[in-house]
Amino acid sequence: MTESSLPAQPASAYDLAHETEAELLATFALLVDNEAGVLHRVVGLFAARGYNIESLTVAETDRKAHTSRITVVTRGAPHVLEQIEAQLEKVVSVRRVHDVTRDPNGVERELALIKVRGAGGDRVEALRVAEIFRAKVIDTTSTSFVFEITGAPGKIDSFVELMRPLGLVELSRTGVLSIERGAEGM
Amino acid sequence: MTDQKTSTAPQATSTPLPPESLTGAEMVVRALVDQGVEVMFGYPGGAVLPIYDALFQDNETHGPRLRHILVRHEQGAAHAAEGYARSTGKPGVVLVTSGPGATNAITGIVDALMDSIPMVVLTGQVPTHLIGTDAFQEADTVGITRACTKHNYLVKDVRDLPRILHEAFHIATSGRPGPVLIDIPKDVQFSRGTYHGPDDVEFGHGYAPRTKGDPARVAEAARLLATAKRPIFYTGGGVINAGPAASDSLRALAAMTGAPVTSTLMGLGAFPAADPAWLGMVGMHGTFEANNAMHDCDVMVCVGARFDDRVTGRLDAFSPGSKKIHIDIDASSINKNVRVDIGIVGDAGSVLDDLIAAWKEAGHGPNRQALDDWWRQIDAWRAVQCLRYAKGGETIKPQLAIERLYALTRDRDTYITTEVGQHQMWAAQFYRFQEPNRWMTSGGLGTMGYGLPAALGVQLAHPDSLVVDIAGEASIQMCIQEMSTAVQYGLPVKIFILNNEWMGMVRQWQELLHGQRYSHSYSESLPDFVKLAEAYGAKGLRCSDPALLDATIQEMIDHPGPVIFDCRVEKNENCLPMIPSGKAHNEMILPEELENLGSVIDEAGRKLV
Repeated sequence: MTESSLPAQPASAYDLAHETEAELLATFALLVDNEAGVLHRVVGLFAARGYNIESLTVAETDRKAHTSRITVVTRGAPHVLEQIEAQLEKVVSVRRVHDVTRDPNGVERELALIKVRGAGGDRVEALRVAEIFRAKVIDTTSTSFVFEITGAPGKIDSFVELMRPLGLVELSRTGVLSIERGAEGM
Repeated sequence: MTDQKTSTAPQATSTPLPPESLTGAEMVVRALVDQGVEVMFGYPGGAVLPIYDALFQDNETHGPRLRHILVRHEQGAAHAAEGYARSTGKPGVVLVTSGPGATNAITGIVDALMDSIPMVVLTGQVPTHLIGTDAFQEADTVGITRACTKHNYLVKDVRDLPRILHEAFHIATSGRPGPVLIDIPKDVQFSRGTYHGPDDVEFGHGYAPRTKGDPARVAEAARLLATAKRPIFYTGGGVINAGPAASDSLRALAAMTGAPVTSTLMGLGAFPAADPAWLGMVGMHGTFEANNAMHDCDVMVCVGARFDDRVTGRLDAFSPGSKKIHIDIDASSINKNVRVDIGIVGDAGSVLDDLIAAWKEAGHGPNRQALDDWWRQIDAWRAVQCLRYAKGGETIKPQLAIERLYALTRDRDTYITTEVGQHQMWAAQFYRFQEPNRWMTSGGLGTMGYGLPAALGVQLAHPDSLVVDIAGEASIQMCIQEMSTAVQYGLPVKIFILNNEWMGMVRQWQELLHGQRYSHSYSESLPDFVKLAEAYGAKGLRCSDPALLDATIQEMIDHPGPVIFDCRVEKNENCLPMIPSGKAHNEMILPEELENLGSVIDEAGRKLV
């Protein structure tokens, strides 16, 4: 890093929180030891250091190797994101940390279940929009649908916005999952 | 990125012995012995009785190869382990019971985390089947300590115990050292399993800290240092933690480059105070020359320090014109508070050696002419004599007390611990440390009550050395119960209390920032420290006359057992110089500006810690 590219230092360590630097969204994929309390280690780190969690997913991914994958979406200024990454790497139970957002080969997907209630034209319109978004109908009554949709978080946001005026009742999202394109594993 | 975090199971170095069947409790004792532990600090209770029994039996069979020191409060055990660790470089070991045993130890555990002290804490836990039932003396110890340990474990199966015990020592002592806690339920202590030695276990984690610096960055750092006209070394506890060889390397590199050296509170002793290149401590109560040199330098080499707020002062005015090199074993310390130009992740000793090699290999030499100018400037700052104080009054100045203590102990094999407050800063300013591992103080957490138990840990590791706890009358009362431990084990620690009847640093800040409204900072109802010492079976001394100071210090040193010295000092002395909160390194308050103290700090600064 050269000096000229550095943003100005805040006046005091106590002013760090008041910085006006633009915040970016970042998705970190973590490979962790699957053991009791490992999620707390990660979540506790975010809480203790005042980092935001926008979404969080976790599940065991390799029973034999005893590892789970945690995907956490956070927000912060670039140097904060750098700190978050370094702090995560310090956790003994964390085996790998990958910044998916800043990886051109990173792919992010999310699944959402969406309940819409309506009748008449709204109902037809909801079904038509769902078709365009390739959402599946997984339940229907005479007055409602439950849609299942997967895609990048932005696509789900768009779908939700279109459903809102058509009678959106309830929304459940998994949070972001990620993987890299190409033949290599994490 | 995380390539260094690959699994590295240790290779068996010798033919493994046939596996042995031991109880969990026996495994604990055996693993401690196999890890080379000689002393541990603890307090028994229901949930650790099997381990205490195994310890008893081990001592019966093998003699006292593993000594247990019974403290009087679990906080004392943790601080004693810290003192032991800091003065030896070996891990400190703590054994306490479940519930209150564990929670009482937590202050010491956090202290060790903040100051990067290797420590292994063994806590008892209620039996596995009672966990979660709010059983007697049950606390969620791993939950509570997750945020204040480097790593922690709850052992649910005795088969995991040998691996976890050895892994804990590895994690506590490698990379950036820190406390590791193992919570062992009572039924696991009774269960029988196969014991495996340190070379015979496969670690379960991908933990493998990087210790070797990136050679390209080391070469770049050497180049930058060679171009410097106003270089400075700013060193910290990382140099001490890297072992005595790292201190030697620092001395060698400083000599080669001709650069001045300053240090954080934690790093005192890594560079000898007697060396002409030594500027004194940096930071809030650092010297005028160290802080101004930090502000005006053009190349700063930070080795094993972390740009703590007590060091940097006002961040946007921190060393504005310099290129910064930061060497640290902890990658997250680099660019955390201060953005640097060259960050090198690695062990301080290893990187310093590489830097010396790179400097020689490239044929670099210092810019003598520029350095001469730089040293002339530094000498001008030194001429300010920022540590001067009025002498010759009828009361003992606290600064004088430390100066005389230094004068009368400098030729001895001496270790110093402190509590926290004004006395701690005066000790850092006036006691001149020449060697690493001689100075034990609570830096990051600032724990009053640290010094006495830490002194016990130091004395156990160095039975023939002189160990002095420089204390205040308020701090010393926070772990005073450990006097009983000192007497029980015949540990001749000297408690040198600078008694000004105030929580001095609180009083000073109230004077500076809160209109001299001294809210709850006066030490009311003080005990008679001489009688207190005698009540514990130790020696008590008192002195308030400057003329008798030397003789009384000498009496303290000469006494073969533990001593409490109630040294009555000037009550309203302020600790100066000082960078007021919210100010820059070159805006220090010097002693003669004392009268204006109240107006020096502006409204914004008042809100800072």
